[in-house]
Amino acid sequence: MKTEGVFSKSMLWVGLGFLYIPILSMVFFSFNNSRLVTVWDSANSPTLKWYGKLFGDRQILSAAWLSIQVAACTATGAVVLGTLAGLVLSRFGPFRGRAFLQGLTTAPLVMPEVITGLSMLLLFVSLEQLFTHWFGWQFDRGFATITIAHITFTMAYVTVVVQSRLASFDDSLEEAALDLGARPAKVFFRITVPLILPAILSGWLLAFTLSWDDLVVTQFVSGPGSNTLPMVIFSRVRLGVSPVVNALATIMVLVVALGVVLSAFLMRRQEQRRKREEQMAAAG
Amino acid sequence: MKSASRNLPSRDSYGRVSPLWLFLMRYGPPRWSEYVVKNWTGQRLVIAVPYLWLLIFFLVPFLIVLKISFAEFSPLGRPPYEPVFRWLEEGALQIKLLIGSYVYLFNEPLYVSAWFYSLKVAFFSTVFCLMLGYPMAYAIARSPPTQRNVLLLLIILPFWTSFLLRVYAWVGLLKTDGLINQVLFKWLGLVDEPLAMMNTSFAVYIGIVYSYLPFMILPLYSNLEKHDNTLLEAAQDLGAGPIKSFLRVTLPLSFPGVVAGSLLVFIPAVGEYVIPSLLGRTDQLMVAKLLSDEFFLNRDWPKASAVAIAMLLLLVVPIMVFQRFQNKELQAQKK
Repeated sequence: MKTEGVFSKSMLWVGLGFLYIPILSMVFFSFNNSRLVTVWDSANSPTLKWYGKLFGDRQILSAAWLSIQVAACTATGAVVLGTLAGLVLSRFGPFRGRAFLQGLTTAPLVMPEVITGLSMLLLFVSLEQLFTHWFGWQFDRGFATITIAHITFTMAYVTVVVQSRLASFDDSLEEAALDLGARPAKVFFRITVPLILPAILSGWLLAFTLSWDDLVVTQFVSGPGSNTLPMVIFSRVRLGVSPVVNALATIMVLVVALGVVLSAFLMRRQEQRRKREEQMAAAG
Repeated sequence: MKSASRNLPSRDSYGRVSPLWLFLMRYGPPRWSEYVVKNWTGQRLVIAVPYLWLLIFFLVPFLIVLKISFAEFSPLGRPPYEPVFRWLEEGALQIKLLIGSYVYLFNEPLYVSAWFYSLKVAFFSTVFCLMLGYPMAYAIARSPPTQRNVLLLLIILPFWTSFLLRVYAWVGLLKTDGLINQVLFKWLGLVDEPLAMMNTSFAVYIGIVYSYLPFMILPLYSNLEKHDNTLLEAAQDLGAGPIKSFLRVTLPLSFPGVVAGSLLVFIPAVGEYVIPSLLGRTDQLMVAKLLSDEFFLNRDWPKASAVAIAMLLLLVVPIMVFQRFQNKELQAQKK
């Protein structure tokens, strides 16, 4: 038991180092003066030069703005569809086509992105042909097509999160409300939604992050002129390392770290409050 | 009180059902409330919305890919393939299916080597992920509950930061004048010349293990955490050493977690695009790169579609197995 514990503990620390050293090195070298990212120019560093360059970079800023818009729309759409799918799968009992729906919702989780991207693009091309043929209406690929594609592969994640949350408690509260005469829609908004709110929120954040981060699917379904942030980063990184990208990465890491720590803190406080209330209820 | 009873059938401000409403429910139309619940038309609507979305934007696209994979490539057309279905003037439907793209997949050496290389990379990355991830998950599951959440948070945190940027971080570490070479060559003098690590299979393995490690650890952890400690104690009471009790008790019990984690790494690794294009060999393609080159550079949509269909067929068994496990997990949670 003892040796085993030592081995797995040390592997844990090795693994954590493996996970964090690259990120920390990226942060570290964003303050480097030299254009050669990894050669530390100790005479003129640390410097905020690359941060200045980053905020003057029109291409990156407009791409980031587009990415934020896409990610926010995606997350909202994915939450609506994913919550409905999760509700249907865990609460509506057996109905015709249930297994098929379950398959459809979990398949995007593991589908290689190139396949999703290619198939979505071919769908949009076919729709384009159809629309121009029948209605004489042409649409451009861009914001809308990216968002639809992102919703499709992110809603699977929301569904899984919501479904597993719904599975963690039984439907007696909902049944009670129905018995008391509340209509199903009201039960959903008054009982179910508040209960699964944490799952919905984390689903939203998950969908936002996945959309914000996606490169492959976006490359397929975006049109000319609509470049998201990952596309811009990818095209720069391909040419080699760039200190501006390091600065951008540092900001993103910082935002995520703050967000995660904050949410962990809030969740912990809520947990404590709940425990206290339970204790008081038990005592009273 | 008076106003409450006049306001029929409703509940008072405390949410209690008014007596008359109860009366109606008992003596009114038969099984009135059940009727509302069971045959509520809104229910069908609620099912239909996500269903339709997934059918239109997930299933139909695959049928289109399947169709185009059998089409004939016409380099100058817009879109660059001949229609598969065509109405002839005599009112007949002409269907023209070519299997040329598929034949090409299995005969062209470039393609065959890309398939084998992708499978090899995915397989060994999964093994490496397991070798690193299992002890990590085990250590987390064995640590005191207060530490567990922090450790889990540390595992999940990189997952929330950009995947692309995390792969990019390795470019800075692995390149010839990168950090690793500086440490090994300049500072420690362990190697005689800077190691060439960029654009090698080694870099791809590093990238995949690095990016997918959380996917391996989390299912393993959620499995290992549930283990009953008394089993291990029993094994030890019966004289099994730590290694034996691990091999005979813990490892077999954690098999579902191993399968789920391995599939979560293996399946996306086969179709990985970003990591090999940033870190990988330039002389050896992986399937995903092949697909996107065929599509964007050669504009050969039928061949790209055939690659996609072949990849899907290859992955369909692992995907089904994964879904099996996913469903089991959800069922287990329900109990």
